[in-house]
Amino acid sequence: MSVKTLTIDGKLISAHEDQTVLQAAREAGVSIPTLCHLDGLTSVGACRMCLVEIEGSGRLLPSCTTKVADDLSIRTDTDRLRGYRKMIIELLFAERNHICAVCVANEACELQDMAIRVGMDHVRFDYLSPSCAVDISHKRYGVDHSRCILCTRCVRACDEVEGAHTWDIAGRGTSARVITDMAQPWGTSDTCTSCGKCVQACPTGAIFAKGMTVAESRKDRGEIGFLVTAREKKQWVV
Amino acid sequence: MGRLKFATVWLGGCSGCHMSFLDLDEFLFDIAAVADVVFSPVGCDLKEYPHGVDVCLVEGAVNNDENLEAIRQVRERTKLVVSFGDCAVTGNVTAMRNMIPDGANMVASRSYLENADRNAMVPVEAGIVPTLLPAALPVHAVVPVDVYIPGCPPPADRIKAVIQQILEKGTAHLEGRNIKFG
Repeated sequence: MSVKTLTIDGKLISAHEDQTVLQAAREAGVSIPTLCHLDGLTSVGACRMCLVEIEGSGRLLPSCTTKVADDLSIRTDTDRLRGYRKMIIELLFAERNHICAVCVANEACELQDMAIRVGMDHVRFDYLSPSCAVDISHKRYGVDHSRCILCTRCVRACDEVEGAHTWDIAGRGTSARVITDMAQPWGTSDTCTSCGKCVQACPTGAIFAKGMTVAESRKDRGEIGFLVTAREKKQWVV
Repeated sequence: MGRLKFATVWLGGCSGCHMSFLDLDEFLFDIAAVADVVFSPVGCDLKEYPHGVDVCLVEGAVNNDENLEAIRQVRERTKLVVSFGDCAVTGNVTAMRNMIPDGANMVASRSYLENADRNAMVPVEAGIVPTLLPAALPVHAVVPVDVYIPGCPPPADRIKAVIQQILEKGTAHLEGRNIKFG
């Protein structure tokens, strides 16, 4: 395995050739914000929070899907990137009905924390206020589409780790929704094993365990990474 | 500089932000030492919003035609307009009706017809009972806003931080956990 040498925020670092810029940055102690990324799952570059500037290229690239290469000079925290990141979070809030005050994930939500991180004290865009369904037909879990940011972490956790592929996405643009099986009530799904990985993977309160108060409803978002590391490396690292 | 002319108004909200304002406890004495409370549902008995106000904390979303008229008047007569709490900043619970098609009529009929024990009717009295707007809006969607205080309600410490900044430098800007919604 060969080693690549690159610069991230002025820091000279070396990384394995199969690592992504995001992995290399995190190992070097550089924190790049992410939402759709979850350790243990394939990266899809969907949320665009982890975009970075690469010297010599006009394009911004998602660090979660960009492999390291020799002599790359990368900036992860410029005014331009900060501006886009804030805008992305505002657009996510504008696109669905994210009402923290009445959400089961209040105080334990990656979207809420990201809003704080990017300095969002209000949303500059008009709220779309779409009519979104809540499906509580499953005996243990529920999904509230108002709170979904379409990160697809549930889809990937269900497919890649549980192997059930109950979740998927239907529709396009603002009418895209996560669905179970053939867009049928979750409780009628034949493929769902009720393992709860989607609940743990969900960054917001979109997928939740039923019958829990806000204080009880704390997710273990590291569970997926823990399982995958255990399976692939035989390391049971807590 | 003379004494600060300080106001608070209550639009489409639950008054929780104003309760949190009263949670400032002894800091209210510090405000009273440097400011005159010229209009406020919890600190003043005037019914007419005065001219020449320096700072106004606005609780609640713009939910009906009375709110709309009030916020326009507040903006016109106030130097620094502060969106005070999640309903003012985002619409929050007040704006949850926006996701229901024909939400204004739906919530009125749910409240006054379906849930009525007797005399079921949606109250209508032109000029007295305000009419719901088609959608409840955050304050900054209607008039320019200078300072934002998220929170449902904003904790007293957060309100205090904003008022202290305003007293020191004429405006305020919150960061970190102080901008947490909910």
